[in-house]
Amino acid sequence: MSLTQGMKAKQLLGYYQNKADQDAREAKERGGLVCWSASVAPPEFCVTMGIAMVYPETHAAGIGARKGAMDMLDVAERKGYNIDCCSYGRVNMGYMECLKEAAITGVKPEVLVNSPAADVPLPDLVITCNNICNTLLKWYENLAVELDIPCIVIDVPFNHTMPIPEYAKAYIADEFRNAISQLEVICGRPFDWKKFQEVKAQTQRSVYQWNRIADFTKYKPSPLNGFDLFNYMALIVACRSLDYAEITFKAFADELEENLKAGIYAFKGAEKTRVQWEGIAVWPHLGHTFKSLKNMGTIMTGSAYPAIWDLTYDANDESLHSMAEAYTRTYINTCLSNKAAVLMDIMEHGKVDGVIYHLNRSCKLMSFLNVETAEVIKEKNGLPYVSFDGDQTDPRVFSPAQYDTRVQALVEMMEANMAAE
Amino acid sequence: MSKVEAILSQLKDIAANPKKAMDDYKAETGKGAVGVMPIYAPEEMIHATGYLPMGIWGAQGKTISKARTYLPPFACSIMQQVMELQCEGAYDDLAAVLFSVPCDTLKCLSQKWKGTSPVIVFTHPQNRGLEAANTFLVKEYELVKAQLEHYLGVKITNADLERSIAIYNENRAVMREFVKVAADYPQVIDAVSRHAVFKARQFMLKEKHTELVKELIAEVKAMPVQPWTGKKVIVAGILLEPNELLDIFNEFGLAIVDDDLAQESRQIRVDVLDGEEGPLYRMAKAWQQMYGCSVATDTKKGRGKMLMNKMAQTGADAVIIAQMKFCDPEEWDYPVLYREFEERGVKNLMIEVDQEVTSFEQVKTRLQSFVEMM
Repeated sequence: MSLTQGMKAKQLLGYYQNKADQDAREAKERGGLVCWSASVAPPEFCVTMGIAMVYPETHAAGIGARKGAMDMLDVAERKGYNIDCCSYGRVNMGYMECLKEAAITGVKPEVLVNSPAADVPLPDLVITCNNICNTLLKWYENLAVELDIPCIVIDVPFNHTMPIPEYAKAYIADEFRNAISQLEVICGRPFDWKKFQEVKAQTQRSVYQWNRIADFTKYKPSPLNGFDLFNYMALIVACRSLDYAEITFKAFADELEENLKAGIYAFKGAEKTRVQWEGIAVWPHLGHTFKSLKNMGTIMTGSAYPAIWDLTYDANDESLHSMAEAYTRTYINTCLSNKAAVLMDIMEHGKVDGVIYHLNRSCKLMSFLNVETAEVIKEKNGLPYVSFDGDQTDPRVFSPAQYDTRVQALVEMMEANMAAE
Repeated sequence: MSKVEAILSQLKDIAANPKKAMDDYKAETGKGAVGVMPIYAPEEMIHATGYLPMGIWGAQGKTISKARTYLPPFACSIMQQVMELQCEGAYDDLAAVLFSVPCDTLKCLSQKWKGTSPVIVFTHPQNRGLEAANTFLVKEYELVKAQLEHYLGVKITNADLERSIAIYNENRAVMREFVKVAADYPQVIDAVSRHAVFKARQFMLKEKHTELVKELIAEVKAMPVQPWTGKKVIVAGILLEPNELLDIFNEFGLAIVDDDLAQESRQIRVDVLDGEEGPLYRMAKAWQQMYGCSVATDTKKGRGKMLMNKMAQTGADAVIIAQMKFCDPEEWDYPVLYREFEERGVKNLMIEVDQEVTSFEQVKTRLQSFVEMM
């Protein structure tokens, strides 16, 4: 009998998250290759070559959520990383430095022994993609040079004009082919094109199930608590090219379907207002950000952040242009008008009454257009919005009191609008 | 006033009064100017239109107030200043603004210009080793060219472009020569003057700048080289301003013998090479050849090695990193540079550059103790 038989989606999530880390540890032990990857870099090539994948952003978010970020941030800051650098990056560089020290001295530094960080091995190579920021270019340059390992770069140029031009897709598809050549050299064997086809198809099945989950936010009241997308995100990031993600998401989507049929909603009967969350979650304070909303009967039913992994493409397209387009169309890699259009689609789908913008100290790309995005959208749909200061993993930036005041104000505005209708 | 003093004074005036430089140009030629946002742009294309390319590198000491509405305080210092000036309409006389987006801040800023000038955005490819990157950039440049032609109402011919490329290549070569001359004659070309020579080229036609700098070089080289009793340093970062900060270098006898500043030597590091290919392709190739810059992806991170080579070539005593406040590409380079310097016993100091700041006492103290330590 399979170990996972009879498991609920939540159990599957925990099981496969651990299994992905375990796969990486086992790969390392048997002399296989481990790759650290940017969260929206294409894993298809490495997975085809049987390389175990580790995702530093997910790993750092996990450390943050388990209140272990400060120790790793301190290590990075001692190495010269400015507090202005992305906190995922700083946490990861801190963790990498600890692992490196352990590898050199044979002794785990105390900070690592005491860390709640999931145990993942050092990489043999790294792969990065700048579809969610150029910081990922700098961060992975540093990983490659500090560990003296190869770095595969998939550069997806900022789409200042939409639609995405063919010449951009052609460039990215060429980079894909170049990444394949690099991997052939690193692995010392030819690329398995047949397996690649299966991996792409698997990725599409995972993405399909992921989208199925997000789709439940269209129901009012919603059977899906949008914050669950943040919880399940780990697998769409780390395991989308394996069946781990597909199995878990299918189980969750099926559960939601059953709940919907049975009239069981996320907030039971307490859903009063619905919001969109723009930006990355505040991982060290995830519980607080959720509960403050829940206490007011406000459910999150839309967020473009988890939707970044809607990497739908034509797996049979041999030119790889379709795959290139999927990896470059990330809404924050596009012009303001497209960004606003993407957010508005999600708002409409989730039938939201307002928006919460996370002004994220770590993420310039997801913060510096917030004012303009909010203005464009407000002009079009008139929905109220608020902004709060936070950070994805550095716990020092977020102020619970400021957040509560802002979301209370939003709820008042949303309720006033509803009363007026 | 000596000839050297006269040339330096002229360049300092231009560096300090870009608006006047632009107005004079307009009066003289009847043509306008096109703004060029940091860090890299195919300026030759603007030059080929007969319009004056004007560098946009912020301002000094302006209190940020209007820009605060649109940018949080953790946006880079130059962009805060640029946003403030946009809000004040300072750039509205520009016929267009050319915008590259090699960092996340510039990507965002390219989408939120508050002035009235049309904005032309293009993206540099970062997988620069690939031929496909050149092909991509040529396409981007073709769009830039078409938009320049549209907004300025001119046609850019290949002949015009080739002429402009030759003018720019000559200016870059002359400026590389100037860097060496400034290193040999710090008594004549001090830190403030050195910067002015670089900064003025942002607001002048390059052929005119070349002429003046050539003359300056000839005059200086006619003088005997004197021994330098102070220390020699290489400065790196985005930019090193204002003059009050550079005065501190002069005060403590710190000669800037080479630089890796985005506003200065990175602008003249690589030329557009001759070849059979068309001008846009060769201009795209120049980006492929760029090295040692925080916004030009380099998975081998050769910048530290480049700086240490510069030290060996110039006999510099130390490297000073001028860290632009809230510039994360530079901040990501620093820990690697710092480790490499420390491992090889290279004396180094990091100072913060913030364009909003008007008091330099803290930097002064740090530079003073650094000099004493050397």
